[in-house]
Amino acid sequence: MSLLVAEGLSKAFGGVHAVEEVSFAVEPGAVVSIIGPNGAGKTTLLNLLCGIYRPSAGRILVEGRDLTGRPPHEFAAAGVARTFQNLQVFFNMTALENVMVGRHRHERRSLAAAMLRPPALAREERAARAEAAELMRFVGLADWLEAPADALPYGALKRLEIARALAARPKVLLLDEPAAGLNPVETQEVNALITRLAARGITVLLVEHNMRLVMDVSDRIVVLDYGRKLAEGGAAEVRADPRVIEAYLGAEEEADAA
Amino acid sequence: MGALALVLAAAPFAFTNNYHYEIAILVMLNAVTCVGLNLLIGYAGQISLGHAGFFGLGAYGSAILTARYGWPPLAALAAATAGTALVAYVVGRPILRLKGHYLAMATLGMGIIISIILVTEERFTGGPDGMSVPPFAVAGFALAGERAWYAVCAAMLVAAVWLALNLIDSPAGRALRALHGAEIGAQVSGVDAARAKLAVFVLSAVFASVAGSAAAHYAGFITPAKAGFFHSIELVTMVVFGGMASTFGAVAGAAALTLLPQLLTVFKEYEMVMMGAVMMGTMIFMPKGLVPTLAARFAGGGRR
Amino acid sequence: MSAEFLQFLLAGLTAGAIYALVALGFTIIYNASHVINFAQGEFVMIGGMTTVSLAAAGLPLPAAIAAAVLAAAAVGLALEKFAVEPARGASVVTLIIITIGASILLRGLATLVWDKKIHALKPFSGDAPIRIGGATLAPQSLWVLGVTLVIVLLLAWFFNRTLLGKALLATSHNRLAAQLVGINVRRVLLVSFGLSAALGAIAGILTAPITFTSWDVGIMLGLKGFAAAILGGLGSGPGAIVGGLALGIVEAMGAGYVSSAYKDAIAFVVLLAVLFFLPGGLLGRRGAERV
Repeated sequence: MSLLVAEGLSKAFGGVHAVEEVSFAVEPGAVVSIIGPNGAGKTTLLNLLCGIYRPSAGRILVEGRDLTGRPPHEFAAAGVARTFQNLQVFFNMTALENVMVGRHRHERRSLAAAMLRPPALAREERAARAEAAELMRFVGLADWLEAPADALPYGALKRLEIARALAARPKVLLLDEPAAGLNPVETQEVNALITRLAARGITVLLVEHNMRLVMDVSDRIVVLDYGRKLAEGGAAEVRADPRVIEAYLGAEEEADAA
Repeated sequence: MGALALVLAAAPFAFTNNYHYEIAILVMLNAVTCVGLNLLIGYAGQISLGHAGFFGLGAYGSAILTARYGWPPLAALAAATAGTALVAYVVGRPILRLKGHYLAMATLGMGIIISIILVTEERFTGGPDGMSVPPFAVAGFALAGERAWYAVCAAMLVAAVWLALNLIDSPAGRALRALHGAEIGAQVSGVDAARAKLAVFVLSAVFASVAGSAAAHYAGFITPAKAGFFHSIELVTMVVFGGMASTFGAVAGAAALTLLPQLLTVFKEYEMVMMGAVMMGTMIFMPKGLVPTLAARFAGGGRR
Repeated sequence: MSAEFLQFLLAGLTAGAIYALVALGFTIIYNASHVINFAQGEFVMIGGMTTVSLAAAGLPLPAAIAAAVLAAAAVGLALEKFAVEPARGASVVTLIIITIGASILLRGLATLVWDKKIHALKPFSGDAPIRIGGATLAPQSLWVLGVTLVIVLLLAWFFNRTLLGKALLATSHNRLAAQLVGINVRRVLLVSFGLSAALGAIAGILTAPITFTSWDVGIMLGLKGFAAAILGGLGSGPGAIVGGLALGIVEAMGAGYVSSAYKDAIAFVVLLAVLFFLPGGLLGRRGAERV
């Protein structure tokens, strides 16, 4: 069974059709990239796939369960985790606490238990801290364990969001332009990180503009243009597709050659 | 926290007359309300301009059940608290869907409606002049006298602070703070925003309600003004003045702004002018609040 | 139409016109600065009280009225300069506390400058009641409705035909863009506050002969005017007017037919109802959050 299925997804904002009739499936353990020009609807698509937007039409299935129209926390409960292009970091907390929030779906939510702090809860807290610290090391943030979130530089914050997403032990990880705004060294680190994640068997759905990264890590690529799916296939296939070249890659290749 | 307990234990030695006890008790009851309100405003990032309404509901709940229906005070306290929690739950669900100014105004409206009801239903509440409240007694043992009440209120405050601190440093607490920090990020991490906001709203209402019940029994009297718009604003100002997202800030703010009017009576007719000036001045020059601003000043970049 | 119904309707329209003026004041300030000005009611109070004391001191009524409106406008400018501007970019809660602090300050000053008593202003053209279809109308009510109409027309002309008015509108739609086309946003803010204060003052003067005036008359009027602005749609000028009139009528009908004891609560019940079911108000717009 596919892990994540989008069926005829559409989203319209008034007269603007941001996403139109997009369908694809993500198999467990795969790395799928979504590419396309700016305004093609990539971020909107991600927002739909984690419940931030409600689709105007179509269905979303996570592990066969229909989650269309459900709120974001139910998507999270189903195992969908996501990072943000424009960062949704909790600057009012420490970096470690940010990552700990990622665990939320596995934690005890009750206010009463929280206030009374029984020994079981205290033990869980210690375990949670340790796990969060481990995740921060995994993404390369060992230097920032004690820091407040607002002390981290931009590149580190992007990795912090990935650590937070991983804390949820997700079934599928949605990454929204993880390399945007990063220098080549940082981009290599993200590349390596995604490869490590894939090696661990985590399913990744990646929105990216950086073609080198995309071609390197992706099992399959979905191309969007003006909200519609333009093409889908393996890296070589998509790279050679004339429609894709015309809409998007053409300029990119010239820039690469230059 | 140990420091707080120490201060509370030591303070009475500085008191030379009953008036000091009275003020201290007033401070502590406001502080309990503010600790709860701070969870809502400072940590969860919501607003409430009507919290005195919950204080009033708790106070009048206890008052009416004990004075008019002869309930034992402990049972009345439990019932009043449960009733206030229910009101907060029912009203909170639609209100907390709102944000920013709209949320502020909705809570304002709620608070005013509560206070108008308390004034108008004279048969139960004694109307604008208020009603008297029997003393708090458990199993025939009445709680009377400044010292006894001081001890009880100090215990309440310590308990409130302990509960609040535990909550903040817990998964539920982090969820709330995350909602404040980046609501969408929190939701995507699995936080049920609506449920979490409602929970903290009801919790803060409970804090206010219990403080209200205690205030009613202590004073032996309760008036609708305690549920009114000004008391709501006072409470919010205490929280913001002390420093949002700081439990001890909330206590400090309650202390400062309860003591301030007492000091300002020196100014007699200038009291209102001074109060307004203080509110404006602190918000303009110390928008982070007293405790965080001082902490930053003395620590050279303190913790959040 | 029964005489009773007409009576309530006329009373409601009169009160509604006052609410509309106060609501307009809120709207103009909110549009320019995104600040909810809790001190709006105090402008109403200043208008009424200043007029009363100047008239009592011997000034002819028109002069007293003019002076009172100018005084209120000056207070509005001061409020912008000393309270709102220093707090640019502060959070919603902070700004709310600042304007509430300002309203407390102004009320305190009012008790010092004047007193805590209730004052009446003489009706502008006598108080011989006019009979309309079995209902009675005080001549002052006609003043209220007439002046409000004139003001609304003047404001429409101001916003649509004058450069300054258009600058205010532009700033309310997109502050940055307005700055980029050379609009002095600081000046726009000052004008907004001054204008709102003047509107509030006029409302206070118009209503003083009917509802009397005192140091704390601004509290309820401010809050109800605010409810009217939300009812009509926060940020919408026509909405403020529609909201004000609607609120006045609903209040009068409610007080007359349902319960007069809860008259004051009606405005807040309406407020909550609007916020729960139609937050954009009757004429407002809906927005969506971008991620």
